[in-house]
Amino acid sequence: MRLSWLIVAAAACLVVCTAAATPYVPNDDRIVLERLPEKTDPSLKLMRPLRARLAAEPGNLDIAASFARRAIDAARELGDPRYLGQAQAALTPWWTEADPPTAALLLRATVKQSQHDFSGALRDLDRLVAREPTNAQARLTRATVLTVQGRYADARQDCAALAQRTSPLVVATCLAAPSSLSGDDAGAYATLTQQLRVARDDVAIRVWSLTLAAEIAARRGDAENAQRRFAEALVLDRDDAYLKAAYADFLLEQRRPEVALPLLGTDIRNDSILLRIALAEQALPGAAEAFRMHRADLAARFEAAHRRGDFLHQREEARFRLFIENDAQGALALARQNWSVQREPADLLILAQAARATRDASVLQTVRDWLVASGLHDATVAAVMEAT
Amino acid sequence: MNRIAALLLGIAFAACAHAHKPSDAYLTLQHHDATLTGQWDIALRDLDNVLALDANGDGDITWGEVRARQTDIARYALARLSVVSGGQPCTMNVDAHKIDTHTDGAYAVLVLSGHCVEPGPTLAIDYTLFREVDPQHRGLLNFVEHGASRSVVFSVDAPHQVVGGESIGALRQFATYVHEGIWHIWLGFDHILFLVSLLLPAVLVRGARDWQPAGSFKAAFVDVAKVVTAFTLAHSITLSLAALGVVSLPSRLVESAIALSVVLAALNNVRPVIAQGRWLAAFGFGLLHGFGFAGALQDLGLPTGSLALSLAGFNIGVELGQLAIVALFLPIAFAARATLGYRRVVLAGGSMAIALVAAVWLVERAFDLPVFAAVAAASR
Repeated sequence: MRLSWLIVAAAACLVVCTAAATPYVPNDDRIVLERLPEKTDPSLKLMRPLRARLAAEPGNLDIAASFARRAIDAARELGDPRYLGQAQAALTPWWTEADPPTAALLLRATVKQSQHDFSGALRDLDRLVAREPTNAQARLTRATVLTVQGRYADARQDCAALAQRTSPLVVATCLAAPSSLSGDDAGAYATLTQQLRVARDDVAIRVWSLTLAAEIAARRGDAENAQRRFAEALVLDRDDAYLKAAYADFLLEQRRPEVALPLLGTDIRNDSILLRIALAEQALPGAAEAFRMHRADLAARFEAAHRRGDFLHQREEARFRLFIENDAQGALALARQNWSVQREPADLLILAQAARATRDASVLQTVRDWLVASGLHDATVAAVMEAT
Repeated sequence: MNRIAALLLGIAFAACAHAHKPSDAYLTLQHHDATLTGQWDIALRDLDNVLALDANGDGDITWGEVRARQTDIARYALARLSVVSGGQPCTMNVDAHKIDTHTDGAYAVLVLSGHCVEPGPTLAIDYTLFREVDPQHRGLLNFVEHGASRSVVFSVDAPHQVVGGESIGALRQFATYVHEGIWHIWLGFDHILFLVSLLLPAVLVRGARDWQPAGSFKAAFVDVAKVVTAFTLAHSITLSLAALGVVSLPSRLVESAIALSVVLAALNNVRPVIAQGRWLAAFGFGLLHGFGFAGALQDLGLPTGSLALSLAGFNIGVELGQLAIVALFLPIAFAARATLGYRRVVLAGGSMAIALVAAVWLVERAFDLPVFAAVAAASR
């Protein structure tokens, strides 16, 4: 019942949304044209006075840093990249400076990381760690970037340096990510769950740890524990977009689209969420109409990203091309390009899937080589490779 | 009834979840001769950041709130878009305000028109919208000319773009630049005066103490050919190097040096330092004049797609314009060469006049003083 309502509501919304295709002059002053994000998230209203103060004093690092921090958080929570651009604008006086103050350097690295400029972020973080070897946030951010790039030993070193400087759960989670991707998935999972049992960290950190635990379990083929950890995390935060997308991927892999769809909710502003919604609808017989419209919407968004020269969501676009548009060659090209930038298990999975669909022997060999070199155990990737 | 329906539709719009995407604005420009038409779609969310459109602060932007700020929106946007044609800015206007939706929400649509006083083969566009508030903003231009369209992306790193001239076909484009080259030399008095200074003595031969008429037309012709060829060769080299970005010199230095070259060439006719081998002077100073032509070509803009063709066209145009001057000058000068009037009035007087004018240019350009403009204003 709930599912069908969702589909109807989403479809109705899309019909209205796409109704105006040509410029028009509204005929009533009271017509609401745009709802600002602060309408639904009043904390964003605090950015207004900050923005005004920043405009008056553009070189004031205190104001700039608080604005940038708030903007980076908003970008992460809402999945809205406009805030990243605003964070960068606040940091303009320090953006190209070789040796800016610590606060500016850390925020600059964070913005670059979010814009997928991993090498730029690493340069800033290297400088920061060299300046302040005990800066926990710098170590943690660098470990994340190094893990995305597949440099697991370097990432573990940064995590190890966090010991005694932050909570044991943060250290364990930081370590579990690179360890689980380089052969020690059993050890990483055990340490992580052990820490989760005793730790009393705040909700955000628990959600981060639980999500990682669930992902490790899923990669190990332990569906029962994966399900349990995902569910525990979701109880703590129903709105975490990363968690919802990861959980939905697990459910789609388990062929449970009817569970995935209501979980994803209605936040189709986020491309990652919309992609999973479309993939779930594709597998549900009653959702053909909603699927058709969401497919068109996704195509329009990727087209809009291409027009501006953006390549931030190649992984998502590769999945879209392979599974929704049945364009295996297009998917392979995107998956390969994506693999040259980031090397998380999801990046390897779409590379393997696209290579299998196109029977590309050399890319399949790249996947095999990576599995051997990294020591990664991933049940889903393994299943794809076995089928070839 | 209609009103209620519209309101309902408006609320439904706002309830729609749009995509999250970085900030883009969509600019369409149609170029036809001196006229520009187009539209500019700018997200209301982005405009709200800089102009606080949401006057009552309730988180909703209504049509009434947008309508109240239309003048401000137009002023803000137009101040961040500059279109230059043939070195002269085009005037841009917002004729109407509309609304449209893109994947990420509602946009203000500014219906644009523009007029370019100086029609040129290309348009140089500078786009700096939202540069200070969002360096990730992109301006996506769809440029339409002669029925063909082209996409251009403006960003913080690429705020300046030259468009136009590609769609008209290679031959017509070549012809356009030949035409521009001819006009440039005809309207560029400094180049003409330099050339004339070198040509005036070509129909004469320097005797022991004064100028004597050249014996044959052939001798005069060879002398002219040597000077013109050397000048052409030299300025072609530097024009190409500068246009292709290999060498660049500050324009004030170049323009001052060109003025100086005219002074020296003219004075040389009155008190000859170089009598033979004027072609060498033509070559040396020609290198300078090439940088001057490059400056003019830069104002005109080179289409990115076919740089070499347009550059060759412009160069050939300059040569044709130059040859036309020579063809006009040589027979008349040759016929008059034996008269005292030619030697005293034309050569000596003309050269002094040229040197004087060029000296004023030199002062103007070197010290950035508008002498001629000041004199013209005072005598009005």
